[in-house]
Amino acid sequence: MQNLELKDFSSVTPARISLPAKAGPIALGLAEAAEHTGPPPSHVRKKSIVSANLLKWIVKRTLSSILGLFAISILVFVATQALPSDPARVILGPEASEEAIQTLHHQLGLDQSLAAQYGHWIKPALLGDFGISIDSKMPVVDLIAGKVKNTLILLGLTLLVLIPAAFTLGIYLALHKDALLDRLTISFLIFVKAVPSFAIAYGLVMLLSTLVFNLFPAVSLIQANQPLWSQLQFMVLPMLTLVLSSLPYLVRLIRGSLIEVLQSDFIISAHLRGLDKKQIIWKYAIPNAVIPAIQAIALISSVLLGGALVVEVVFAYPGIGSALNAAVDIRDIPVIQAVVIFLASGVMAINLLADVVTVLLTPKLRTA
Amino acid sequence: MRAIKQFFATSNSQINLGLFLTTFILLLSILGPWLSPYQAQEMVGARYSLPQTGVLLGTDYLGQDVLSRVLHGGISIVWMSLASSLLGLFLGVILGLIAGFFKHRIDQVIIWVADIFLAFPHLILVLLVVSMLGRDKWLIAITVAIAFVPGVIRLTRGLALSISKHEYIEVAEMMGYPYHQILLREILPNILTPLLIHLGTMLSWSVALLSGLSFLGYGVAPPEADWGLMVNENKGGLQIQPFSILIPILFIALFALGANLLAEGFGRKFSRISESNKHA
Repeated sequence: MQNLELKDFSSVTPARISLPAKAGPIALGLAEAAEHTGPPPSHVRKKSIVSANLLKWIVKRTLSSILGLFAISILVFVATQALPSDPARVILGPEASEEAIQTLHHQLGLDQSLAAQYGHWIKPALLGDFGISIDSKMPVVDLIAGKVKNTLILLGLTLLVLIPAAFTLGIYLALHKDALLDRLTISFLIFVKAVPSFAIAYGLVMLLSTLVFNLFPAVSLIQANQPLWSQLQFMVLPMLTLVLSSLPYLVRLIRGSLIEVLQSDFIISAHLRGLDKKQIIWKYAIPNAVIPAIQAIALISSVLLGGALVVEVVFAYPGIGSALNAAVDIRDIPVIQAVVIFLASGVMAINLLADVVTVLLTPKLRTA
Repeated sequence: MRAIKQFFATSNSQINLGLFLTTFILLLSILGPWLSPYQAQEMVGARYSLPQTGVLLGTDYLGQDVLSRVLHGGISIVWMSLASSLLGLFLGVILGLIAGFFKHRIDQVIIWVADIFLAFPHLILVLLVVSMLGRDKWLIAITVAIAFVPGVIRLTRGLALSISKHEYIEVAEMMGYPYHQILLREILPNILTPLLIHLGTMLSWSVALLSGLSFLGYGVAPPEADWGLMVNENKGGLQIQPFSILIPILFIALFALGANLLAEGFGRKFSRISESNKHA
């Protein structure tokens, strides 16, 4: 695998830099130096090799994720059913009679041993049955299926707007570093990053919905029986809030990463070789600057999964966040367990994907 | 000592502004109850009335004075965010030092547990515990601290690992210094700066987290005054009396902004110091 980079090197750059006949000593020296430049940028290769080592690593990483998921399920289970506070008493309130508590104990299976309870819960859960919601007596899966879809659509829309916007802004700011616009935008982004998401939400409501303009509805009264596409106006404000709360981090990361790449050795040597400046930026610099951004996008997706909760509550958006909030309020344990497991597994899946993509794009990590 | 003073005395505008904002909010929340014209729960007028003389920022959804409630309502967010950040730093540094210095088995165990907790979004983790164990303020602060601990563990462990490779650590070990002395006197002082920067970052995270929690209802209970709670209570009056929501939001934002600027300013200073050390 280590020979891979040397092979690509010869396929991309000529063996000898062509010099005019009367080249002075400096030009000769430069040409010699440029010849011995290191391997080309990591994205320039003929084919991506998926070797046996790489596959082994991917499998190991996936297994570790799955193991982590089991540990998380134990953690969630302990947090909801095994903590010192008695769930039955908590649900029924402090004035409940002893028989009521005993009945609920039996109903929830709390009179069995902890391990038995866990086994009792995890087996149907693995097949998709998360029990019955205590509050609405419906199967948990039916209850949250539609909401999961709503939240995923909201998050998908957010990423759809966030990623192009962040890249455009980040790249533009990096290329025009220290200009007035750069400094103003950075200050604005620092300000926006500091404000908590629900504050941004209400700020947007005040700006776009009630006081200044009157463009978008302040409450997302989505009707379940109509397709989501016809109700997009309800999603604009929540999406904008989520985008604004994650934009600063991503923009500054991309900008910083691109600035650093533009100052690295192989870019300078490409300049010396006389490659076109635009080509340098777009073909060599930007693809290399993108790699940290992938990890950042994964981090942001998991932050969004959590941050969507507050935003959903503010706008009364019928998604999984507001469902969790309602369930936590009334201590609807099966719903809480199901939603938290779902969110945690989503985060683990995103991290796994980001790690694999990063390793696929960075040959250096593959040989490690 | 002089090095620490040199570190803090700066003309860096970010740090200055950050310090100013956080100190301002800190003083406001501590001295607020003395300065406020009315009690936090005193009805002074009609509900949602606009600012007038004597009621400088108008009234809220019950008729209580917004200004008084804002002055009373800062202290819980401020102390909880400070407490949870410091507690998280303390616990995380201890665990991270152990993991980074002793390596092998115990490192693997600690890192594995930390990664499990890292998979949860902070808010979800805190909500989970708080929903089961109740809304006690100390409990919330401790849970937020626990939510931050895995990140601190990773940071400290990385730093401790890189420092452990230096020779003076090996020498100390060879000379038979007790472990806790090596950790406290040799390793910890050298990794203090990035840890302090992370403390600033955690402070800004905890402000956002705690204000969100009190907005959702997990924190101070009504009728006590609290900025996040005020936002929740008065959201119905957004169109009639925007000040009842705007002012609490403004103060939350100022505090978070101050904490952020502090973290950023120190971070920039540290990277310049480390860069100049590299070239030295």
